[in-house]
Amino acid sequence: MSGNDQFSGASLKITGGRLLDGHGSEAPNSALLIRNGRIAAIGEAAEKADADQLFDAKGCVISPGFVDLYCNLREPGNGQKGNMVSETRAAARGGFTTVCVSPETSPVNDSRAVTHLIRDGAYVSSPIRVLPVGALTRGLDGEMLSDMSGLTAAGCIAVGNGSRGVRNARVLRRCMAYAQTFGLIVMLRPENQSLAADGYAHDGLVSARLGLLGIPEVAETASVMEMLLLAEETGVRLHLSQLSCGRSVEMVADARRRGIAVTADVAMHQLVFTEEALSSFDSRFHLRPPLRSEADRKALVAGVREGVIDAIVSQHLPHESAAKQAPLPDTEPGLSSIESLLSLGLELVQRGELTLTELIRGLTSGPASVAGLNATIGQDDVADLCVFDPDAHWTPSKQTLISAGHHAPVLDRPLPGVVRFTLVEGREAWRSA
Amino acid sequence: MTANAASPNHLQLTRDGQLRHFLTLDGLGRELLTDILDTADSFIEVGERSIKKVPLLRGRTVVNLFFEASTRTRSTFELAAKRLSADVLNLDINTSATSKGESLSDTLLNLEAMASDMFVVRHAQSGAPHFIAESVTPGVAIINAGDGRHAHPTQAMLDMLTIRQHKGRFEGLKVAIVGDILHSRVARSQIRALNELGAEQIRVIAPGTLLPKDVESLGCTVEYDMAKGMKDLDVVIMLRLQKERMEGALLPSEREFYRLYGLSQEKLALAHPECIVMHPGPINRGVEIESSVADGPQSVILNQVTNGIAIRMAVMSMAMGGQMAERQQKLNEMNERGLA
Repeated sequence: MSGNDQFSGASLKITGGRLLDGHGSEAPNSALLIRNGRIAAIGEAAEKADADQLFDAKGCVISPGFVDLYCNLREPGNGQKGNMVSETRAAARGGFTTVCVSPETSPVNDSRAVTHLIRDGAYVSSPIRVLPVGALTRGLDGEMLSDMSGLTAAGCIAVGNGSRGVRNARVLRRCMAYAQTFGLIVMLRPENQSLAADGYAHDGLVSARLGLLGIPEVAETASVMEMLLLAEETGVRLHLSQLSCGRSVEMVADARRRGIAVTADVAMHQLVFTEEALSSFDSRFHLRPPLRSEADRKALVAGVREGVIDAIVSQHLPHESAAKQAPLPDTEPGLSSIESLLSLGLELVQRGELTLTELIRGLTSGPASVAGLNATIGQDDVADLCVFDPDAHWTPSKQTLISAGHHAPVLDRPLPGVVRFTLVEGREAWRSA
Repeated sequence: MTANAASPNHLQLTRDGQLRHFLTLDGLGRELLTDILDTADSFIEVGERSIKKVPLLRGRTVVNLFFEASTRTRSTFELAAKRLSADVLNLDINTSATSKGESLSDTLLNLEAMASDMFVVRHAQSGAPHFIAESVTPGVAIINAGDGRHAHPTQAMLDMLTIRQHKGRFEGLKVAIVGDILHSRVARSQIRALNELGAEQIRVIAPGTLLPKDVESLGCTVEYDMAKGMKDLDVVIMLRLQKERMEGALLPSEREFYRLYGLSQEKLALAHPECIVMHPGPINRGVEIESSVADGPQSVILNQVTNGIAIRMAVMSMAMGGQMAERQQKLNEMNERGLA
């Protein structure tokens, strides 16, 4: 991470904001003093201190910077869909200070060389922290173990299989046993591929009406159950990623009660939209896993509220426009979601479905604890911060989005929540005009 | 919550409720459907004349874009367009542009540039005509001639016309659709039309593997046992069974399917004595229907084909009318702004 160095060394004072973290501690109208990339003083002490720079956060929330456990920056290999510069800036605009990137690049991140390539690219071009997730299997083919220990040494924070499954349960069991040897976190998106088959929509009301090929709920739940049983047996630290079914949340809660070390995340759009988003064949909402029923959506929101789901992820998957310009089944799945994630979350808060604290927890302390990071605002903590105005509005559009992918979940409609200032180690990663 | 979803009507109707594309029966009210049937009735007479032409689409160019093979549907669309005096271009895209790597959008934009007024589209993917009408060539009237498993609205309307001719009404009718509902765009459109037009009972008769999840939500009841399902029926619609269904582990064998769900004389005898037998074609004799039933006195399968031309003439002339009215309106608005 480079960025400009205007605040490192120099001191910065943020005043007048409402300090909030994922643990529920809150201080209205508070001040922060940042020096040498760390929080040097909070509250009155900060208020009184002199600083080289001032930032007036009146009306804003000051939160720890957001942490995304699952996103795609598309580099290396898919420059037509997005690149390190565009996607990390988009993330910074969304309030993210740390993103964990899927191994699904081209080439796949299954070797130290690729991990270094990603880290070097981020060092040169990214204003935020980019943490690679290594491939669980070589080439993500689900057949041979990757060099997990070497990937970790090169800087991968976990291993996973991106959006691809591991078809063979014996291979999956060995992957887990091997990862457990080194205490690695295994991040997996549960999907039984023979049940999902050629589907591209939730097998339910809308697919019945529109004649879409369905992915049944059991494609996810059967896989969740298999993964939980294998995790219990191998003792691996399992993280279930991008859940879409209410039933999966129940299974995770049960497993935790039985003492299985499992955590989970959900994409923000799964908390907001349902299968109905496809009712006019809108290819933006061609997603994997698919958007499911309203009952599933409610259960996922409840999972976040109750902390069964630890983290909210972006599942950011930018595409060039041609990838979405075709009849729905011929398009590629994924949303360009990272810039508007906070805004969608704030709409959930406005509707009373989540509290602001629960939202912030899902974006900060929740994912941070899964990845073994810190996301608090305390004396001497690293100054990774997001300052946002929850009452200001902006309108995502093809012209205003930074991401190379213009298929954002909401377009040309005003959304609440403008990120004013994103700071990574005290350095400015984003500042709104 | 839906994403700023454009309802199908927003796409296929003009501001004053005229048809401008014909993509799906979803969202079209009883009045409009009846209007289509009445218009088709008036065109039936044209087919009986020695000179079978009316000048409604004179000077208009209609392109039949078939991305999926078809004989019957394509020929009836072609005849319908010619009877309306349109210039007709038939393209089997399967074998031409797309195999050279040209995208669907590019193919269509090229055809639009040739001053086409209407595309009749058949495509293997559900929603393809929506995509074309919404994102590619909104100024060309799009007629859905069958898309994936989604809809086949002209087929459903010609079936409704056939039912109305024979039964004179929809109220109080008991109708069954038998066979592969899961893969059938015809069944989806028929269920929608029958509900809108006021049929009393719509039953789907099939094994569990050939029914979509939550099929009742479409407005029908499920019957696994055909003998029960045939009771008191006024109309029975048989669907074509594709041979691939055996390979996908959806059915054990054709023979077992015929035994359970094939329409034989004995099963037909369980229905109302005046029950009519329909099939969208092409029929598999001995797989879903016994030959003597298909050719029997209760069969109206060939009437369906004849009605297909009239329905397609109706829909094409109505959609072209809406599209032209809209063009005129836009032109007027531009002129007004110019004058202001």
